[in-house]
Amino acid sequence: MATQHTTEEVLLDVKGISLSFGGVKALNNISFDVRKGEIRAIIGPNGAGKSSMLNCINGFYHPQEGEITFKGETRKQMQPHKAAEQGIARTFQNIALFSGMSTLDNIMTGRNLKMKANVFWQALHLGPARREEVEHREVAERVIDFLEIEQIRKTPVGRLPYGLQKRVELGRALAAEPDLLLLDEPMAGMNHEEKEDMCRYILDVNDQLGTTIVLIEHDMSVVMDISDRVVVLDYGRMLADGTPDVVRTNQDVINAYLGVTHE
Amino acid sequence: MEFLESIFILPFLDIADSPIFFLEVVISGVLAGVMYSLVALGFVLIFKASGVFNFAQGAMVLFAALTLVGLMEQGVPIFFAILITMAVMVLLAILIEKMMLRHLVNQEGIILFMATIGLNFILEGVGQIAWGSDVKKLDVGLPDKTFEYGGMLLNTLDLSAALIAAIMVTVLALFFQYTGTGRALRAVADDHQAAMSVGIPLKSIWIIVWSVAGFVALVAGILWGTKAGVQFSLVLIALKALPVLILGGFTSIPGAIIGGLIIGVGEKVVEVYWGPAFGGAIEGWFAYMLALAFLMFRPQGLFGEKIIERV
Repeated sequence: MATQHTTEEVLLDVKGISLSFGGVKALNNISFDVRKGEIRAIIGPNGAGKSSMLNCINGFYHPQEGEITFKGETRKQMQPHKAAEQGIARTFQNIALFSGMSTLDNIMTGRNLKMKANVFWQALHLGPARREEVEHREVAERVIDFLEIEQIRKTPVGRLPYGLQKRVELGRALAAEPDLLLLDEPMAGMNHEEKEDMCRYILDVNDQLGTTIVLIEHDMSVVMDISDRVVVLDYGRMLADGTPDVVRTNQDVINAYLGVTHE
Repeated sequence: MEFLESIFILPFLDIADSPIFFLEVVISGVLAGVMYSLVALGFVLIFKASGVFNFAQGAMVLFAALTLVGLMEQGVPIFFAILITMAVMVLLAILIEKMMLRHLVNQEGIILFMATIGLNFILEGVGQIAWGSDVKKLDVGLPDKTFEYGGMLLNTLDLSAALIAAIMVTVLALFFQYTGTGRALRAVADDHQAAMSVGIPLKSIWIIVWSVAGFVALVAGILWGTKAGVQFSLVLIALKALPVLILGGFTSIPGAIIGGLIIGVGEKVVEVYWGPAFGGAIEGWFAYMLALAFLMFRPQGLFGEKIIERV
């Protein structure tokens, strides 16, 4: 199900990334690119380094080697909030919402970067700050409509069931109107129905908003269904890179997933 | 029998006997309570925005008051002295972020708490090295007159202090609830990492919140310093903020206000009417007893967020 949005233009280019914690090599010389408008999956067994890869892209981790080029700008080290400024939004494997705040407030934090009025005006709640608040509120409401979570707008997210929390987290990322959306296991722990819903939202985001998406997922059928290209990691090494069909038939990948008989 | 009577009957007879005097006691309690709220507010701000219980809040009050008095003794006019002191508090916030918080991102609360204990000693020490440890009189020109109104004795200093504290508390509560920066502050308090991922710059948020807490400390320092003189014991009013926080909840600005009022009023009323039954001086420990009762029956406080652990 390749999307029509995919272009040849490279949005994100990851080159020779190596990351280690003490003596443990989490990532070993990983290179791949993400084209504008595509859905790119990163798969691999547990501990393969998938989340570490995402953490490098959005600046939580600083790889010892290699470089990351986003929108033509190359960087070695970057702070997470700078990555967000550049247009990278993400969700987390273990939901990281502001659990004491309402759904609407959570989604509004996604607009935080776009607020330009300074603290002074905000403190007075006047002038530019007021206009801005209204403007951002509209975007947040559109996101809420899009994800069909109107009925929980005012509910503190800590009280929501797991599946809905995942959706709110996606909403917060979308509110930032990112160029690149990183999803760390968006469907983990969901039942079949919730997974189908989430798939639909991801495809809609890609299709209607044209957002480029990098996602980590364990469910193979989902990955093969929705992604344009797939990177396979195993023990921090890159095993394969290509379309779902190519990856599916790759012998290394089959070995990593199904095990290999040693003689 | 006599003891029971002095607890369950006599106080109420006294109240019925002279309702005007009772009102006067309540009002003096409210006025003291607002001042407690103000100190508690400093704690709540920092706790909300960085999840740190700032043990050094009392020392910040002392430090701000000492700096202000020191400057005024050098002949700096009041207005500028307050501005300079505020600048010093902002500088302090920047230093705290750079030298302490930055290195402790995503650490356990207890580690941050320990760091603020260290900060407490540094502030106490530096403040006294710079400005000496004598008791100093602070006069920023707030009127200090006692007058009679409807049969009650009131003091203008208490009234204006309460008014200033009330305005500040309201402004801060609104700021937190309704502005983008306020939302960012709450977000940081909730989850550092998630906040960073949506592009909230942790460092500047911390500087903002510690500056605001510094400002609150300055106002508290001015009000308490004018009332009781600027001296080392200002650090101890932070202790009075603890029961207020336990009552009101560590995360709630309205809680800090109501908690402060309950403690202030409760203390005065209990001292005046129930004091004789216990031989007086209840005021000193009543707040802590009340806090203890709360810890047993409602540990999250009146307005705190209930902690629900998902299993």
